[in-house]
Amino acid sequence: MAKFLLYITLIAALLPFLAVSFSPESPTDRRILVLLDDFAVKSSHSLFFDSLKSRGFQLDFKLADDPNIGLQRYGQYLYDALVLFCPSVERFGGSINVASIGDFVDSGHDLIIAADSNASDFIREISTECGVDFDEDAAAMVIDHTSYAVSNTDGDHTLIASDDFINFDVILGSKKIEASASFNISFPAPVLFQGIGHSVNPANSLVLKVLAASPSAYSANPQSKLSSPPSLTGSAISLVSVVQARNNARMLITGSLSMFSNRFFRSGVQKAGSSTKHQKSGNEQFLTELSKWVFNERGHLKAVNVRHHKVGESDEPAMYRINDDLEYSVEIYEWSGTSWEPYVANDVQVQFYMMSPYVLKTLSTDKKGLYSTTFKVPDVYGVFQFKVEYQRLGYSSLSLSKQIPVRPYRHNEYDRFIPAAYPYYGAAFSMMAGFFIFTVVHLYSK
Amino acid sequence: MVGKTEPVNGTTVKQQQGAASMSSSSPNPSRSDLLTSTSFSLKSFKLKTKQQELLIRVLILGLVYILAFITRLFSVLRYESMIHEFDPYFNYRTTLYLTQKGFYEFWNWFDSESWYPLGRIIGGTLYPGLMVTAAFIYWTLRFLRFAVHIREVCVLTAPFFASNTTLVAYFFGKEIWDTGAGLVAAVFIAICPGYISRSVAGSYDNEGVAIFALLLTFYLFVKAVNTGSLAWSLASAFGYFYMVSAWGGYVFIINLIPLYVLVLLITGRYSMRLYVAYNCMYILGMLLAMQIRFVGFQHVQSGEHMAAMGVFFLIQVFYFLDWVKYLLSDTKMFQDFLRITVTCAVGVGGIALGVGMASGYISPWTGRFYSLLDPTYAKDHIPIIASVSEHQPTAWSSFMFDFHILLFFFPAGLYFCFKRLSDATIFVVMYGLTSMYFAGVMVRLILVATPAVCLISAIAVSATIKNLTSLLRTKSKTAATTSTKGASGSKASSKASLDQSQPFQKNGAIALLFGAFYLLSRYVTHCTWVTSEAYSSPSIVLAARGAHGNRVIFDDYREAYFWLRQNTPPDAKVMSWWDYGYQITAMGNRTVIVDNNTWNNTHIATVGRAMSSYEDEAYEIMRSLDVDYVLVVFGGVTGYSSDDINKFLWMVRIGGGVFPVIKEPDYLVNGEYRVDKGAAPKMLNCLMYDRARGVEIGNKDIKLEYLEEAFTTSNWIVRIYKVKPPNNRW
Repeated sequence: MAKFLLYITLIAALLPFLAVSFSPESPTDRRILVLLDDFAVKSSHSLFFDSLKSRGFQLDFKLADDPNIGLQRYGQYLYDALVLFCPSVERFGGSINVASIGDFVDSGHDLIIAADSNASDFIREISTECGVDFDEDAAAMVIDHTSYAVSNTDGDHTLIASDDFINFDVILGSKKIEASASFNISFPAPVLFQGIGHSVNPANSLVLKVLAASPSAYSANPQSKLSSPPSLTGSAISLVSVVQARNNARMLITGSLSMFSNRFFRSGVQKAGSSTKHQKSGNEQFLTELSKWVFNERGHLKAVNVRHHKVGESDEPAMYRINDDLEYSVEIYEWSGTSWEPYVANDVQVQFYMMSPYVLKTLSTDKKGLYSTTFKVPDVYGVFQFKVEYQRLGYSSLSLSKQIPVRPYRHNEYDRFIPAAYPYYGAAFSMMAGFFIFTVVHLYSK
Repeated sequence: MVGKTEPVNGTTVKQQQGAASMSSSSPNPSRSDLLTSTSFSLKSFKLKTKQQELLIRVLILGLVYILAFITRLFSVLRYESMIHEFDPYFNYRTTLYLTQKGFYEFWNWFDSESWYPLGRIIGGTLYPGLMVTAAFIYWTLRFLRFAVHIREVCVLTAPFFASNTTLVAYFFGKEIWDTGAGLVAAVFIAICPGYISRSVAGSYDNEGVAIFALLLTFYLFVKAVNTGSLAWSLASAFGYFYMVSAWGGYVFIINLIPLYVLVLLITGRYSMRLYVAYNCMYILGMLLAMQIRFVGFQHVQSGEHMAAMGVFFLIQVFYFLDWVKYLLSDTKMFQDFLRITVTCAVGVGGIALGVGMASGYISPWTGRFYSLLDPTYAKDHIPIIASVSEHQPTAWSSFMFDFHILLFFFPAGLYFCFKRLSDATIFVVMYGLTSMYFAGVMVRLILVATPAVCLISAIAVSATIKNLTSLLRTKSKTAATTSTKGASGSKASSKASLDQSQPFQKNGAIALLFGAFYLLSRYVTHCTWVTSEAYSSPSIVLAARGAHGNRVIFDDYREAYFWLRQNTPPDAKVMSWWDYGYQITAMGNRTVIVDNNTWNNTHIATVGRAMSSYEDEAYEIMRSLDVDYVLVVFGGVTGYSSDDINKFLWMVRIGGGVFPVIKEPDYLVNGEYRVDKGAAPKMLNCLMYDRARGVEIGNKDIKLEYLEEAFTTSNWIVRIYKVKPPNNRW
């Protein structure tokens, strides 16, 4: 009975939590749709899924060609994130297609795409929409004859051990430093990769290579002899890429589904030409940390309480006057996965902007999330904007703008008597007096 | 004699009123009454005749006053009580602000909704006369417990002032010629199309009150010159102040009056009256005009006002010379003195002007002023001025359209003026000639010429008819001929006595009279027709005849503006060509990038550039201006001719004037402007083309990458596009 009561209270306590999903207040995703080619993947990749479940995500596994799947119902999205572990699907069941996935992302939801060699056109198309292009040769795989993973059965060097990570705490987590203090970069162990390579579209400024292939890699069909130079070579090949869209939706794209598999998670790795043999590959930590980033458990900023007012006042005016002194403040917090922590940085800048920034000031912080500065409104009237454009790699971008008109002086705000003009006042009044005297003399002198 | 001839003119007037579909049944009995009474009352009821004449005159003036008002109401009856055109919407919006927030807020109004992101200081960049006048009428009516809406006041302000103008025209005509000429002038100006074009109900523009102020100032000044009275001169200065507060055309006054004074000085008509009138008017008028923020120190700093100042100093030199001449008895000595003084004065004046110009204290002439003196100037240098249709040189047909027979009476009137030269007629001749020249340079200045043409033509008509009727009358009453001739002493009766010997004289006079009446009635018919057909359509609502002759109303503009008002965020910025700026702010209540106050050429050129660039380039410009919506006017479906593609070449020219990237030849094919399939490649790909011709010709399947259609009005005249945000994933 007590146990039952405990369950009840637990459910009651969790119910609001379960009901809420991704929201501005707690930006971490809650409901994830996982689309699979085959339910076998569910068990073969269970370590990855378990880590997600243990972090509180609700995973909904569906076959990709299930006719009942749908991303939204009655205009509401049913999921906060989508994981496509279905490299060979030709077309989805239900209402999902390339455009609907594009809309899903454009409305701020997250996406993980894992392709594989022989990835379908469908997956390629979605990836192209996100700014990466998989190698067009369907049978091609990434081959690297120098930094492959040494193994017993290996012959074609398609199992790659890569440690060419992007060195960025926000995306990959700060744990690596504890794990291997000796290495300045990367994880204790290289990451195993087996699959298709992709290139980053140079026209897309939002996509970022997280794991790049080594300079000696190339992309070709391992079964056949190379007749022409491979189209993708060297570090141009990206193994894992992430995209943060302008609306802060995050995407992870990789050409290897097996990266996520239990086998790769558990296997040891020895990089060719290296004597150290790691007991465990870096895949688990790498992908777990990356998924934390993708599902907004890290690197998510919010700016609240944008305030501005004249120095010495507290109310926000509807309009400033030229040469007013004003104070601008904004509070910036970072989501730690469970709560909002003050974000501390020294490079947040505010612009006072009208076609070009008239004032550009770095905000000073009190280390509790409050950033503020004071400046003088320039001697130019017009419709200005307070602009904070804060874009840091790995963090969600902050783009605040607040419009405020700046008016010139009113007619009665000028000095009535200015010292420099006293000669003129004197001249005017003496002229008046003189004229009066002249009139009197002229009229009555005779 | 005067008392006898007046009623005849009066009948002329009434016939015209009858033709203008006035209810002239009530004046008719009095007319016949009068004719019978005047015919025998010449000797015995002298006093009574004068009273009757006064009564008739007041009656006629009253009717003209009403006529002037109601002939301008076509648009209200046919459409509804609303504001027309583009500029009046701005005036309406400011008037509304004035009545709501009071004068000081209006005076200091910084408008952040227009000229985004520059903003506009409304109080310092407009002529407040019109708004203050309308607000004053509104407050007066409210005080008298008439619950009117400010819009009604605004709509009817122009007709009301047109009525007042007829009164001024009467007094002016009386001042320069006689009461008959005054009455005819009042009738002429009441229905002259040149004036009606700017003063129909709903045309709430500066010109509506400015013509009244212009004529009033001139009248008061001529009165001051004729009387030498300080009071009239002061009144003239106040009239000038009102004019300055109402319209930029005051520059015409401040140049014409000095020119007139100069001519009087040169022709040896200098007098103490002139000295008093000009000095008082100039000094006080200048001081008063400086109180208008928009004008400010221009009177002492701008090249356009320097003529007045130069003449002011010149007249002082004249006065001084007069005094010296009075003191010096020796003519030889005076001649030498004169030479030295004049040389010195001219030299000092020239040096002062040169130094002022060189130091930048005196600003050079503005482009508009240049383009008045040299009609080709604007076309070569300032496309923005040339782009406005009302700044184009006038075609002959529009002279004929706006003046009709007055155009032929005008030279005749000049003839009469030269026959009886006085200070006043010299003024009206100069006013007529200069304003006719300006009317030839710019279409809109026909408006300024209209009062002069009416006055001079009125002189011609009045004098001719007076001559003819007196001819008739002297024939019928040979006994009275000698006495009337002596009494009047005018050219008319002397001419009549000369012609006495000729045969068919009386018949000829009758024929001529009928001819004159015929012409005048044609004039009235023409004026009524023009007013009804051409000048009473508010350009915001378009009317057309359908296939079955029924009237089709296109109310697309207002539909679009209300869509903007209802469906866009309050801080949305709308980009359109500047013609529609005022209407969007006034009716759509949204921020615009450029509007009809074309003070910043660069900003307009930026919009012109955006409109005439490829879509991706245009997108960059629009992003930099924070544009959310693009509004274009599209005439392709309805055949509406003044759409944006028609104005497109001006966008190219204005854009090219500031940004050399935009080249006019790129948009032309063999020097021709085409919008069909043969259009130039650059033309076909530019943003404007996409927007305005979207479905019609040339490029048919236009795909927009950065814009999406947001709204299209029911007749496809106005199309609104939304600027897409940057691609989310790219």
